[in-house]
Amino acid sequence: MSTAAAGHHEHDDHGPAKGWTRWLYTTNHKDIGTLYLLFALVMFFIGGGMALIIRAELFQPGLQLVDPLFFNSMTTMHALVMIFGVVMPAFVGLANWMIPMMIGGPDMALPRMNNWSFWIMPFAFLLLLSTLFMEGGGPAGGWTLYAPLSLQGPDSFAFVIFSIHFMGISSVMGSINIVATIFNMRAPGMSLMQMPLFVWTWLITAYLLIAVIPVLAGAVTMLLTDRFFGTSFFNAAGGGDPVMYQHIFWFFGHPEVYILILPAFGIISSIIPTFARKPLFGYASMVYATASIAFLSFIVWAHHMFTVGMPLAGEMFFMFATMMISVPTGVKVFNWVATMWRGSMTFETPMLFAIGFLVMFTIGGLSGLMLAITPADIQYHDTYFVVAHFHYVLVPGAIYSIMAATYYWLPKWTGNMYDEKWGKIHFWVSTVFLNVLFFPMHFVGLAGMPRRIPDYNLQFADWNAIATIGAFGFGFSQLIFVYVIFKCIKGGAKATDEVWDGAEGLEWTVPSPAPYHTFEKPPAQYS
Amino acid sequence: MSSPSSYYIPHEAKWPIVGSIALFAFFAGFASLLNGGGWVIMAFGAALLVYMMIRWFGDVIAESENGQYSAQVDVSFRMSMMWFIFSEVMFFGAFFGALFYARTFSGPWLSGIGEGGAAATNAVLWSGFDYVWPHNGPEQLGGAYEKMHWFPLPVLNTLILLTSGVTCTIAHHAIKEGNREKMVKWLLATCALGFFFVFMQGVEYYEAYAHLNLKMNTGIYGSTFFMLTGFHGFHVCMGAIILLIVMFRGMRKHFSATNHFAFEAAAWYWHFVDVVWLGLFIFVYIL
Amino acid sequence: MPTLSRLSLVAILSLIGSAARADINMPVGVTPISKEVYGLHMLIFWICCAIGTVVFAVMFYSIFKHRKSKGAVAADFHESTVVEIIWTAVPLVILIAMAIPAAKTLIAMEDTSDAEVTIKVTGYQWKWHYEYLDSGINFFSNLDADHNAARQVDSGIDVSQFDNYLKEVDNPLVLPVGKKVRFLHTSADVIHSWWVPALAVKKDAIPGFINENWALIEEPGIYRGKCTELCGRDHGFMPVVVRALPEDEYNAWVAENAPVEEPVMTESTGAATATAVASADDDREWSMDELMAAGETVYNNQCASCHQVGGEGLAGAFPAITGSAIATGDHAAHIDIVYAGKPGSAMAAFASRLSNSDMAAVLTYQRNALGNSVGDTIQPSAIKALR
Ligand code: HEA
Ligand code: HEA
Ligand code: HEC
Ligand code: CUA
Ligand SMILES: [Cu+2]
Repeated sequence: MSTAAAGHHEHDDHGPAKGWTRWLYTTNHKDIGTLYLLFALVMFFIGGGMALIIRAELFQPGLQLVDPLFFNSMTTMHALVMIFGVVMPAFVGLANWMIPMMIGGPDMALPRMNNWSFWIMPFAFLLLLSTLFMEGGGPAGGWTLYAPLSLQGPDSFAFVIFSIHFMGISSVMGSINIVATIFNMRAPGMSLMQMPLFVWTWLITAYLLIAVIPVLAGAVTMLLTDRFFGTSFFNAAGGGDPVMYQHIFWFFGHPEVYILILPAFGIISSIIPTFARKPLFGYASMVYATASIAFLSFIVWAHHMFTVGMPLAGEMFFMFATMMISVPTGVKVFNWVATMWRGSMTFETPMLFAIGFLVMFTIGGLSGLMLAITPADIQYHDTYFVVAHFHYVLVPGAIYSIMAATYYWLPKWTGNMYDEKWGKIHFWVSTVFLNVLFFPMHFVGLAGMPRRIPDYNLQFADWNAIATIGAFGFGFSQLIFVYVIFKCIKGGAKATDEVWDGAEGLEWTVPSPAPYHTFEKPPAQYS
Repeated sequence: MSSPSSYYIPHEAKWPIVGSIALFAFFAGFASLLNGGGWVIMAFGAALLVYMMIRWFGDVIAESENGQYSAQVDVSFRMSMMWFIFSEVMFFGAFFGALFYARTFSGPWLSGIGEGGAAATNAVLWSGFDYVWPHNGPEQLGGAYEKMHWFPLPVLNTLILLTSGVTCTIAHHAIKEGNREKMVKWLLATCALGFFFVFMQGVEYYEAYAHLNLKMNTGIYGSTFFMLTGFHGFHVCMGAIILLIVMFRGMRKHFSATNHFAFEAAAWYWHFVDVVWLGLFIFVYIL
Repeated sequence: MPTLSRLSLVAILSLIGSAARADINMPVGVTPISKEVYGLHMLIFWICCAIGTVVFAVMFYSIFKHRKSKGAVAADFHESTVVEIIWTAVPLVILIAMAIPAAKTLIAMEDTSDAEVTIKVTGYQWKWHYEYLDSGINFFSNLDADHNAARQVDSGIDVSQFDNYLKEVDNPLVLPVGKKVRFLHTSADVIHSWWVPALAVKKDAIPGFINENWALIEEPGIYRGKCTELCGRDHGFMPVVVRALPEDEYNAWVAENAPVEEPVMTESTGAATATAVASADDDREWSMDELMAAGETVYNNQCASCHQVGGEGLAGAFPAITGSAIATGDHAAHIDIVYAGKPGSAMAAFASRLSNSDMAAVLTYQRNALGNSVGDTIQPSAIKALR
């Protein structure tokens, strides 16, 4: 093979460039990972701030604070920001940081494209968030942008559509990069079945992304042409069908929710063995379960549409297929519990978050299973029971996994230990408030409170007040998270290379903080 | 998998940020254009985007010609191109999905065929509407029209594209034999066929608008017809431009018998466009 | 404990205490289907609780026993095909046990045959329209006016004075007890969803399509629900109220309200039966005062939800009528936008929703009130000429 990069060493190879342009031009996976993570953190506060506006309006019955249209716009934006601006970029950031290190590669496969994948995000969100300041306000048709309501949107409509295209470009490029990295940059000799589960779950996630983001792009393109170019995809008068939009959207949307959870499964599969000091139970079945979940995710989409009037056979099929997902997911949960079983556990902050994940994700998953039962879902659909379900899988699911990962790898990133006391406080305060916030939503949902409403009957008043208290408590306790992170970046006890005494994997063989370029020569273990 | 002894890592990347600004301007400009604003911002964004691509690809080409890329980098490029094409397939999948859905579900439902409320839908809302494909909906949006016949233009276009696939393959064999001149010649033929296809597509659109009254707003038929053929035509344009660039590179003595990834990527793309057309020809024109 | 946190603790506890009294579960409902669904819901709920309990019990046992601080030493097992097969198979069996009753209920729900009463339910932004296909009765159902006033931002009205805040309408849907009622759901603009929990009926109203559903109510009473599909600004304010009457009372109600002649619906009258304003009336010349008086009612009922009571609209979403070029310009354009609507926007065609005189009245009102003072009238005859 040809020797690479001969005569191309005029740049400083061993440290970052100087000055702020370092961040603009960087091709280093660690820099880009950091940028992604910081971006996600900022967006978390923006999206969370919107959630707090929602909760504040819902604190009492009656409209006190905002116009209903603005309320809808907050709901829509909150979801778009949280999904596309927080969870996805945070996972990509973790992938950037960890995948090359975990597989013994030098960097991502396509470092320059990697830079572009990141630097699209701030611009895409600038475009999206700017719609809030346009006349008529931002999108207010829900994050699902159902036609024909979304077609009625104000002038900002086109901006929203394009911002989704824009983010999509970033996601597709990012995923392609990850696929190429995993297949092509592994240390010589490392087989696929030797890869850490985080790498596996991301590989599968990347495929999901490549497969469904373009479908979303197609769906919103049809919205655009229906509105501006006279097509009638979603208009019955012209032979189209509003429900068709929903089918196409959820063909994207359902795999999307697994995009938001599979990397979390990988993170938890790294953390639990470390703190149980015991190898992960059932590595191979974890891989197969992840692949099964991904496969099934393509054939369950219409469980979001049980009330649209599908033929009976369709409702049956989607009910059974959806229920099936519980089986591989259950395998994962059982494997984690079996990993803990007869381990020698300690409960540092990452482990606390991992256990929080395990418990509350299971609660959310079980309510998901209830939603899958079509006749019951007809009562649950579009109520707060659904809101409770997906916040249980998203907040203590996806968000907790990101927090767990942050605490887990922060010493490797910064070279300093974080403040364990404050980390634990963060966990406990968050967990208490989180349940105060989301658990009551099950009750009001079952009792009949629809979602996406700014005002409600008095019957729901008490639980909503409690949820709002929980929301503010949970929201402000995230300031502790920020405090711990920045304190850790600035200093603290020096971390050892291994950091955790039960940790395994290549990332723990390099110094803490990880050097700017990790594996310029492939590591030797696997050859 | 290749096993490098050390890795290729590029350093600073200045073009991505330019690309982001360009896309931002393009999208924001396009959106304001749709809302009745001017086209200047959009044009600026598009121009900047093109400029960025020229410079970025220029850098890549230069590095490639300097032999800076290892076999491993080559593999990364290949995988990326493959999965990029896959993502494009899924993009077209959305529109094909729309076509199938409209034909197998919405149309019959509106005309009262099927379970559930179909009968009521037709009886109460659209009585008198009978489903035949193609149609422009129970309200006949866009007015009376004639459908686009599969003969002669689309057949001709099919032949053009298929031929271009063959010429492209001949060019590929040529470069594999190290015969650069032959490659350039056949690439020229491929590009010419590609642009001819686009031209004929333009003629077809002209026919549709001028004589058949078949327009984008001709109900679901016009929507799916123009969306699918339009995006396809756009991809043909892009593919032909890429091939053209590859051809110019060939004229500048780029590529060798063993190292011509750019050519291969362009050829894959071209074949992908070809296959999509076959799908279109069958499902949009014939069936 | 510092006083502040103690106080807030007390506040939270008392809130939880009072909340516990509020209902926290799905209503059993009053139809055979709703009862079946409730049973299914409780079944799957308890199954999920049982699964959760087992999983968490094992996990917490392990957390307490197998911790390093208790001197636990890690075992080294990490595979066991047998247990993995077990915990794949057992959930599968549980799922089948859930799927069978679910499928049965689903099949029953979808069977709309042999209905005795058929009602077409049409969603509008933001009200419902009911049409009794057998008797021709038809009317709109709006959020009760007092509730509507109270729910405005900063209305200053204490909403707790209302018993069924946001769940009260001017004209409820009247249904018979003991008869199978079939619903045909559709919409005039965007997607809505008609939901009454006590009937376990929730079906999307899709513009251009009709969905079927049914209910057999077993007990007389008033059952309340809401629109459950996001349908724009006032999605939260389009309740559903069903009044279920014993059969004889229902028949009496139908007899009383059935229209004598071919019905032309008008919304503004608000009466359960909307009879057409006599067409002779359309041909005469109406006075400005007459038109303005009628117009104000129509405007507040029909237009104010978007264009606002004062005509100021909502920037970017709904244009102001005050000073509007159309509403102060020539008649043709003004009539046209109200008669035919503006496709693709929330501005619907009111041709079929307003009688000639009501439309003329509201047009005249827009021209001469809400800050406008064009000074001319639009006569019902002008609208009649369009039909
Ligand atoms: C991270 C995101 C995430 C995840 C992982 C899931 C997981 C699941 N979801 Fe959820 N879901 C959402 C995010 C997610 N969901 C969102 C965002 C929405 C709303 C979108 C919108 O409308 O805006 C939604 C809505 C939604 C609906 C539509 C509700 C409605 O609108 O009416 C349904 C219906 O079937 C559903 C089902 C499920 C199921 C069956 C799973 C399963 O994967 C869960 C599997 C897990 C378990 C079951 C628990 C662990 C298993 C065991 C302990 C084993 C033992 C189990 C058995 C024997 C059964 N989800
Ligand atoms: C990953 C996804 C994600 C996450 C993390 C969250 C997090 C939260 N969500 Fe989210 N939510 C969704 C995804 C998510 N949500 C989706 C998909 C919907 C459906 C939308 C739709 O219907 O279309 C939804 C809808 C939704 C609703 C229903 C709205 C409606 O139906 O009208 C509510 C209501 O309570 C809510 C609340 C919250 C709260 C309180 C949090 C909390 O966890 C947030 C925590 C808060 C903070 C982190 C804030 C910190 C802020 C400060 C400390 C103040 C300082 C502020 C600034 C500096 C700006 N969400
Ligand atoms: C569901 C919301 C809604 C309702 C109800 C509604 N309108 Fe409108 N109306 C709109 C919207 C949106 C527009 C802007 C249409 C456009 O130009 O895109 C509009 C535009 C108008 C205009 C033109 C104003 C201008 O200057 O462009 C007039 C006049 C008007 N409506 C009259 C009425 C009357 C009269 C009624 C009641 C009988 C009514 N509207 C009810 C949403 C509504
Ligand atoms: Cu009508 Cu929501
Ligand atoms: Cu789903």
